[in-house]
Amino acid sequence: MTFPDLLTPGIIGLGMTAIFLVLIIVFAFIGRRRPRQYLREIPAFEKLGRAVGLAVEAGQRLHLSLGRAGIDGVQGASALVGLSVLERIARAASASDRPPVATSGEATVALLSQDTLRGAYRDIGEFGQYDPDSGQLTGVTPFSYAAGVMPVIFDRQVSANVLAGHFGSEVALITDAGERSGSLTLAGSDSIPGQAILYATAQEPLIGEELYASGAYIQAGPAHLASLRVQDIFRWILVLAILSGAAMKFFGVL
Amino acid sequence: MTRILGLISIAIAVAIGVVVLLGFFLDLPVLVSVRVTFLRWAVILASIALVVGVVNLLGVHWRKVSGSQPGSAYSVVLIVSLLATLVVVGFFGPTAPWSMWVFNYIQVPIETSLMAILAVVLAYAAARLLNRRLNLFSLVFLGTALLVLVGTASLPGLDAPALNDLRAWFERVPATAGARGILLGVALGTIATGLRILMGADRPYRG
Repeated sequence: MTFPDLLTPGIIGLGMTAIFLVLIIVFAFIGRRRPRQYLREIPAFEKLGRAVGLAVEAGQRLHLSLGRAGIDGVQGASALVGLSVLERIARAASASDRPPVATSGEATVALLSQDTLRGAYRDIGEFGQYDPDSGQLTGVTPFSYAAGVMPVIFDRQVSANVLAGHFGSEVALITDAGERSGSLTLAGSDSIPGQAILYATAQEPLIGEELYASGAYIQAGPAHLASLRVQDIFRWILVLAILSGAAMKFFGVL
Repeated sequence: MTRILGLISIAIAVAIGVVVLLGFFLDLPVLVSVRVTFLRWAVILASIALVVGVVNLLGVHWRKVSGSQPGSAYSVVLIVSLLATLVVVGFFGPTAPWSMWVFNYIQVPIETSLMAILAVVLAYAAARLLNRRLNLFSLVFLGTALLVLVGTASLPGLDAPALNDLRAWFERVPATAGARGILLGVALGTIATGLRILMGADRPYRG
């Protein structure tokens, strides 16, 4: 068997994943020495920081909705990003009289949101703040999920809503509830229809892969900053590959 | 003790993640068989999680009713509907006529009504967008939405093939190119999120 025969799509995929992983580890190690790094401004994250501070001062609650995708599929990554945001928000808002509340449309994510809140409060020595009801499953179909989130926004003194996960068109009902209750809504989704709707309906939409950069902007750890840098490197590799492919096709090489 | 349990959780999550990832890329019978077994376990666990989630939903609304919190009347409706559906489906079976009646004549009309409300909400949001963020991108966004709507709807007395062609070109070229760009970014973000969990840097399971 020759070397080119060994290069199956599986081996190439595994190799690229291994390079991605090694680069994250290297950049995370470097990042520990240089914690302050430049990130381009995304207004949504600046407003999130202010919203956390205002919620603590005003004794109001932050609401985080994690979408309706389970963690057993590709779409689950956006919910996992939402869980990282939830942990940071729980820590930052621990001084508030009203702890954050998390809603989701999928049972495993709802359980993980309870687990995340429990872990965050235990780590900061505020385990008494933990309330199992603060991680809720609101419905298991898209519209029942949205319908279940709306009363949480209206009835639980929410000052800001962070929507981070997989959403479809039903997210417009949630953002509309946020708008009518007078609370700030920051939102990002991995789905393209969801992003289009959030662009029109959310006060602060996260477009493209900005949702996946959340951890780096809310200082969730050096691994988040490192993975953002590796994503940028791989993005440039993809851009060069696409342009090279187009040029080769144009000149008849491919 | 909690620390030891946390370390065990990380070790299990990382080990299973690595095996499933290797089983996805490498076509080795042992790895594929182990990966399929783990995925079956995941499906079973997700089903159990659904039961726990529904019990949590019931508990949240029960406490809302017993504490006479705002909107507790809706919580009563939810609890009664949930228990009634559970009894009907549990007694007659999920595809029995009574179960299908509940689905066809209660759930479908409610969800369809919400979809109708959604259309109004989106029309209102489009108007509000101009008020909130009046810039070039918002104008392009709304212009494209209107073009697709007009190009798709069949209006009496208005037959404009050029408009249909323009809509088709928009869908085929700029929209598809933009969507692919976004999807590539989302794919990179998904890989990064998965690898952070595999490294144990993100631990949503540690509580």
